[in-house]
Amino acid sequence: MSLLYTVAPNLEKLGGELIKCLGETLKMVFVSGTISFFLGLFFGVLLIVTKKGGILQNVVIYRILEKAIDVIRSIPFLILMVLLIPVSRAIVGTGSGVTGSYVALIAGTVPFFSRQIESVLADLDEGLIEASESMGFSPIEIIFSIYLKESIPGITRVTMITFVSLIGLTAMAGAIGAGGLGDFAIRYGYQMHYTDMSWVTVIVILIIISIIQFIGNFIIRKTTH
Amino acid sequence: MIRLEHVDKIFNTAAGSVHAVRDVSLQIEDGEIYGIIGFSGAGKSTLVRCINLLERPSSGKVFIDDVELTALDEKKLREVRRKIGMIFQHFNLLRSRTVYQNIEFPLRKSKLSKAEKDAKISSLLELVGLSEKRNAYPSQLSGGQKQRVAIARALANDPKVLLCDEATSALDPQTTQSILKLLARVNKEMGITIVLITHEMAVVKDICDRVAVMEEGAVVESGNTVDVFSRPGEEITRDFIETASNIRKIHDLIADENELTKINAGDQMLLLTYSGSNAGEPLISYLSRAYGINANIIYGNIDFLKGKPLGKLVVTLSGKAEQIRQAREYIDSLGVEVEVIKE
Repeated sequence: MSLLYTVAPNLEKLGGELIKCLGETLKMVFVSGTISFFLGLFFGVLLIVTKKGGILQNVVIYRILEKAIDVIRSIPFLILMVLLIPVSRAIVGTGSGVTGSYVALIAGTVPFFSRQIESVLADLDEGLIEASESMGFSPIEIIFSIYLKESIPGITRVTMITFVSLIGLTAMAGAIGAGGLGDFAIRYGYQMHYTDMSWVTVIVILIIISIIQFIGNFIIRKTTH
Repeated sequence: MIRLEHVDKIFNTAAGSVHAVRDVSLQIEDGEIYGIIGFSGAGKSTLVRCINLLERPSSGKVFIDDVELTALDEKKLREVRRKIGMIFQHFNLLRSRTVYQNIEFPLRKSKLSKAEKDAKISSLLELVGLSEKRNAYPSQLSGGQKQRVAIARALANDPKVLLCDEATSALDPQTTQSILKLLARVNKEMGITIVLITHEMAVVKDICDRVAVMEEGAVVESGNTVDVFSRPGEEITRDFIETASNIRKIHDLIADENELTKINAGDQMLLLTYSGSNAGEPLISYLSRAYGINANIIYGNIDFLKGKPLGKLVVTLSGKAEQIRQAREYIDSLGVEVEVIKE
């Protein structure tokens, strides 16, 4: 411990604050990540099945979805966050703090993740879809037992990428008072010139990302045959 | 029984419309092996997908056992499809599942108990000779083994019909033979009607009872395999026969003015095609004895269509004009097809 304090002297008084901020970041990542995961899967699947030649081809739904995704993706996250404050108030009752950050984080993550899911599912051999149609499976059964089941390694890979970029977004959520590691680094590392605190933050984030990648790679290894 | 009535399929693409299947009507009887042969782009893969409605015909009707598939809603159609097995050129196995799980996959919707399913899968694995590979993943199998798994999977729901879309095209000749033997066995022992799409003459001539020849989306010739290939009516059918034999070589040799193909004035070079009983060799020796002409064999080949011999001989007849004429008449009287290659 004392060695740690020699390297990062400010840690002694800010250790508790750092833990609190880490907790906020993890909470933001976990809650908005989980919701984004399911929403992204849903929209990614919707994109793939409604596109031309898809098993539930529907040009109207596809076009609307595609446009919506492109529009949201083109808005810088910081601006998106501010724009979504009223929406957040309507949905979760507040536009600030950790709770107030969920809506913006999800809105910033889902379009990106949906596109990634779409591209993973598009890589699946068309022949598998055709084979399962020839066996008399319905579109819903094909979505779950072919598209999603056969794509687990690819889905895991893009989920890892998305979580890493989500951690990047949570750093910005500090701007609406959500706290978190990004906010910690700005307050102490930048504004108070505690350079050691900037480095500590970076190391903590690296550890989180490494854990995500370790888990992801483990799943990919287990599911690739 | 499968019946197609005036089936048309037109694809509308950005580049214009493609008429993939043109007014195809055919009837496939229960328990037969029906071949559809054509070069790539002939529309045969689209046609076979019109049978289980993976491609819905633009017009025309499809019947299986007097049920009009083209009139069914999606739900009913899915039920019917369970009784139509299908195998593909690239096998289409599920990579994340073992051999056992692949065969189990179509059984998800069956009402069999777990034990019954297990017994069923084990017997299918035995049929295709892959019992010891049950826990292997597709990536660990050879092409031939993958197709065997695909066949077992296609048979899991006890289909009455098995559609084979270029099922042997990705396999080497030896493996092709073993897959064809397996298909013939499935047809014979289980009484399953097989519809087989291919561009390989070798596939059709070995196991098909009847055959349809496709060109540019239309069936140009069809009938009993032996009849169609011993008396081809269309140029394209002849092309297919030639791909299976060396006969094309003769034309090349003639074009190159090879020593072998030189004939004297008055001589005739003939291609004799005979099937079944009118055997070739006694004919040649008879010609020289009875008509005093020389019959020189340049090329000979015997093919077997569903076990029936189809012989091809290229002979040069030399002698007096009158004797050659009489010899020709005699050959014609035997029902041997004669084509003059060079005179």
